[in-house]
Amino acid sequence: MHQILKIIPVVKQIVVRFCGDSGDGMQLTGNLFSSLSAILGHEISTLPDFPAEIRAPQGTLGGVSGFQVELGSEVYTPGDKADVIVAMNAAALKVCTLGSHFNHPQAHYDDQFALYHRHAIVIVDTDSLSDKDLEKAQYHTDNPFMELEIPESVQIVPVALTTLTKEALKDFDMDNKSMLKSRNMFALGLVCWLFDEPMDEAIHLLEDKFKKKPTLIAPNTKVMVDGYNYGQNLALSIHQIHIDGQPNEAHGTYTSIAGNKATAWGLIAAAEKAGKRLFLGSYPITPATDILHELAGRKDMNVMAVQAEDEIAGVCTAIGAAFAGDLACTSTSGPGLSLKSEAIGLAVMAELPLVVIDVQRGGPSTGLPTKTEQTDLLQALYGRNGECPAVVIAASSSANCFDYAYEACRLALENMTPVILLTDTYLANGTALWRIPQLAELPAIHPQSVPEELKGKYNPALRDERGVRYWAFPGMAGYEHRNIGLERDAQRGTISTNPENHEQMVRARQAKIAQIANQIPELKVIKSPETNENSPMSNTTLLVGWGSTEGHLHAAANELNCDLAQFNYINPLPRNTREVLSKYKRIVVCELNTGQFAAYLRSQLPELRIEQYNEIQGQPFAVERIVKFVKSIVD
Amino acid sequence: MEASQFKSDQYVRFCPGCGDHAICMALQKAMAQIGIPTHQVAVISGIGCSSRMPHYLNTYGFNTIHGRGGAIATGVKTSHPELTVWQMSGDGDCLAIGGNHFIHEIRRNVDLNVCMFNNRIYGLTKGQYSPTSPKGFISKSSPFGTVERPFIPAELVLGARGTFFARTLDVDMPTTVDCFVAAQQHKGCSIVECLVNCVIFNNGTHAWIADRDQRAEHSIVLKHGEKMIFGADKDKGLAVVIDQQTFVPHIIVVPADDSRVLTHDAHQQDPTLHRLLALMGQNKVENVNADEQNDNLPIALGVIRDVEAETYEEAVNQQIASVREKSKVHTFDELTATLDTFLL
Repeated sequence: MHQILKIIPVVKQIVVRFCGDSGDGMQLTGNLFSSLSAILGHEISTLPDFPAEIRAPQGTLGGVSGFQVELGSEVYTPGDKADVIVAMNAAALKVCTLGSHFNHPQAHYDDQFALYHRHAIVIVDTDSLSDKDLEKAQYHTDNPFMELEIPESVQIVPVALTTLTKEALKDFDMDNKSMLKSRNMFALGLVCWLFDEPMDEAIHLLEDKFKKKPTLIAPNTKVMVDGYNYGQNLALSIHQIHIDGQPNEAHGTYTSIAGNKATAWGLIAAAEKAGKRLFLGSYPITPATDILHELAGRKDMNVMAVQAEDEIAGVCTAIGAAFAGDLACTSTSGPGLSLKSEAIGLAVMAELPLVVIDVQRGGPSTGLPTKTEQTDLLQALYGRNGECPAVVIAASSSANCFDYAYEACRLALENMTPVILLTDTYLANGTALWRIPQLAELPAIHPQSVPEELKGKYNPALRDERGVRYWAFPGMAGYEHRNIGLERDAQRGTISTNPENHEQMVRARQAKIAQIANQIPELKVIKSPETNENSPMSNTTLLVGWGSTEGHLHAAANELNCDLAQFNYINPLPRNTREVLSKYKRIVVCELNTGQFAAYLRSQLPELRIEQYNEIQGQPFAVERIVKFVKSIVD
Repeated sequence: MEASQFKSDQYVRFCPGCGDHAICMALQKAMAQIGIPTHQVAVISGIGCSSRMPHYLNTYGFNTIHGRGGAIATGVKTSHPELTVWQMSGDGDCLAIGGNHFIHEIRRNVDLNVCMFNNRIYGLTKGQYSPTSPKGFISKSSPFGTVERPFIPAELVLGARGTFFARTLDVDMPTTVDCFVAAQQHKGCSIVECLVNCVIFNNGTHAWIADRDQRAEHSIVLKHGEKMIFGADKDKGLAVVIDQQTFVPHIIVVPADDSRVLTHDAHQQDPTLHRLLALMGQNKVENVNADEQNDNLPIALGVIRDVEAETYEEAVNQQIASVREKSKVHTFDELTATLDTFLL
C-alpha cells in the first residue's frame, strides 16, 4: 500500500503522525496540517490519540500525545502505520517506535507494534534527547536509536527544533517558555515543506487560528516559515514528496469536520427542517461531551442545551421536552446509556420521539474512556427491561455523523420512537472532509402530527395507518390527555393490565419499528475493484461491518478484492439484507467487539453461515490485520 | 373556572380513606381558582400512590418512571416556559430515588409547582419505611425498627436554596387550596409538603395534628403579614429568643398578647427564621420514641417561605434571546457560511 518514499517521491496517499508531550500542541499542529491538506484538495482522515490524563508529568511516556492523519486520494482511514513521524521528544520517539509495548523494558522496534513502517521518515528534535529527557522516558542507555533498535531502513532526520525555534524568535521579546511553545510550528513548517504545501495558505490558517490572540500571529508565523525554509537546507538528505491525489469526492464546497461537531450540526439542521426547537439534555462524559459543548454554544440557532444533574436527568429533561413538542436529544457514552436505559424504555412506552446519541468508548464500566470500541451494540438493541424495541442506526465516517444524526431525528419525529445513534471515539474525535449541504437539499422531515378531526376525541393510543400514534402536546386545546409508562389500553389509551391487550401492545410497538424498514435505503454492496479469475474472492466473499469501521473495511476489501456490506441501519435492518447476504459463499463480519453484530445477524438470518473477525484493543482496525485474517481463512 | 372542569373521566383509585383523595379535590379547586385553561397545564409525576394524580386531572399529564418526575418536569418547563407545570411526587419518589432531581430543580429554581405527598411510608409497594419515616419506625422492611435518620423535607428544600416552601395537611382543605394557589403564584420552584395519611400502612401518622381536637393546639397556620397566633382559644403566640451563651436562636411559645409575638414574613430572603419555623415540632417526625410532652411548639402549616429569585427557564431563554439578537447567524445555511471552506 505504501511506496518507498526515497525512490518514488510521488504518492497517492501519505500517513503523517505528529507526536509529542501533551503540552507540545500536537493536536493543534495536526489539525492545522489536516485543514491545510484539505484546503489543498486532499482527502483526509485523522486520528487524534491523546493520553487519558489531563496533564501527565512533562517528558514522560504517559504524557505522549499523538495525532495521525492520512492525506491524498482514496483515503479511507487515518492509516495503519505512519510514513512520516514527527517526534518532539524522547518519550514520543519511544512510544512511536514501540507502540503499545512502550512500557516493556526490553522492547525494541517490532513490525507488529511500531506506529511507523520500516521505510518511514522520522523527524526528531535532537534538543530533547538530553540525559534528563532520556531518563524521564525510561531509556537505559544514552543512544535512543540503538536502544530501540530502529531499523536502518528508517530515515532518521535529526533537527535541533528547540535551538532553531529560539533562533527564529530572537528578535521577539519573548520568555523562554513562550518560545518553546512555538516548537510545534517549526515542525509544522518543516512538514509543509516536505509535502510541498504552500506557505501562504498555511499562514492564512494560522492567522485565523490565532485571531483572538493576535500577538501570537507574528512569532508563530515566523517560526513556521523558518521551519519551511529549513527544509531547503535538508534537501540534500531527504526528498520532498509530492502527493498526487485527486480526491474522489463529488464537486462542492467542503470543510474538514470532527464527528462530534458533525453530529451536533446534523441535529441543528434537522430541527430547522422539521420546524422544531432543538432541545439537548446531557451530562458531560468522554468522548461525547463535545456535542454538548457545540450545542451549548449554538444559542444563536435557538438550541436549548441543558447540562443536567446526571445522565438520567439528561435523558429525562429531553423526554419532558419531547412530551412538550420539541425535537429532543440526549448525548452520552456507554456508561451513560446504561443509566438512561429505564428512561429510554419510558420513551418507547410513551411513544415519544427521542434521539439518543451514544459515542461508544471502551468498556465495560469506566473501561477505556478515551479509546474506541463498538461494544454498545447489544446494549442499544436490547439493554432495557421488557420487550422494548427502539431504532438503532450507526454513523460510518466522521463526516456522515451529520447525515445519521439528521436521519435519527427524521426517523424519531416521523415514527414517534426513540432512535439510538451509535458513533464512537474514533469518529467523534477524528476529522474528515465534509461536503457542506444546503438545508434545501436535505430530505424533508414531517413530524408526526394529529388530525384536526380528533380534536375533543384524542387519546394517546390512536394510530395512523402505519401504526404510528398521533402526537399532541401541551398547549394544544382539545387534545388534553394522560401519557404513561404503564401499559395502556390499545383503544382508549388509559392504564390497562388486560393480558390480551398487553400482547397486542407489545406487538404494535414492535410492528411500528419494523415498518421503518420501508423508510430507509436498501443495503448497497461496495463491489470489489476487479472481477476476474485472478480475484477468487470477488462475488463470493463478503466483508460485513457496521458503523465506524467502514473506512478500514473498504481499504481491506479493496486489497482483498472482495465485496463489502457496511451497515448503517441496524434496527430495523434494510429490507434487502437477506437477499444481499445470501448470495455470498463466505460472510465475514468484522467488528471491534467480540461479535455483537455477528450474533445479531445470526439471530435475524439464522440460515446464513457467518464467520467473524474481532479486535478489542480500544483502537481502530488495522487494515493489514483484517487482510491477513481473511486470507488465512480463505486459503 | 369550576373544579369539575379539572376532573378527568377516570375512576379515582386511591384507597378509601386515603389522604390523597382530599389532595386531589384540593388540586382541582386550586386549579379552577387559578383559572389557567386545562390545555396550558401539564402535570408530571413519577411512580407511587401520589403519582397516579395526573390520571384524575383533566389537563395534560404524564405519569412517568420512579423518581424522575422532577427531571421530566424540568424539561417540559424549560422548553416551554409558557406552560403551567405541576409535579406530583411522594416522600419516596422525591426524597429517595428522585432525590438528586429534587434538589437540583430547587437549586435551579425551575418554575414548577411540586406537591410532595408525605405519608412517611411506601404505600404502593405495600409498606416499607421511607426517607421520612422516623427513626425506630417498624415496617415490613424494618421489622426491628429503622436505624436511619430521616430527612426533614423543609430542611432539604432550604439547604438546596429553595425559594418557596409550604406545608399542608390532607384534612385541612382551605389551607391546602391556599398553599397550591400560592405555589402557582410563586415564580420559581414551589415545594408544597402535603402531610397525608396512609390509611392502610401508616394510619394516624400525622394524628398529632390531624385529629380535630388536637389540631389547634399542635399546629399553626402561618400567613404572610399576620401575627403568629395559635391554640384553640387563640391564646398562644410564637416569639424568637437568642440563647446568650450559644447565640443559637430558638422559637418559644408566649402568650398571644406578648409584644414579642412574631409577624410572619414569608418574603424575607434570609432563611434563618423560616428554617426555625419549618422545624417546629419535628422531633416527633425524627424519632418514634420522641417524648411528645417535651415539645410544646406547634407544627407550622401554610406558606413558610416565598421569596423572589430568577427562574432557570427565564434565565436560559433570555440568554438565548440575547445571543440571537446579537448574532447574524440564525439558519443552518448561515451557520455553514461561517466555516472555512474550499471548493472541489
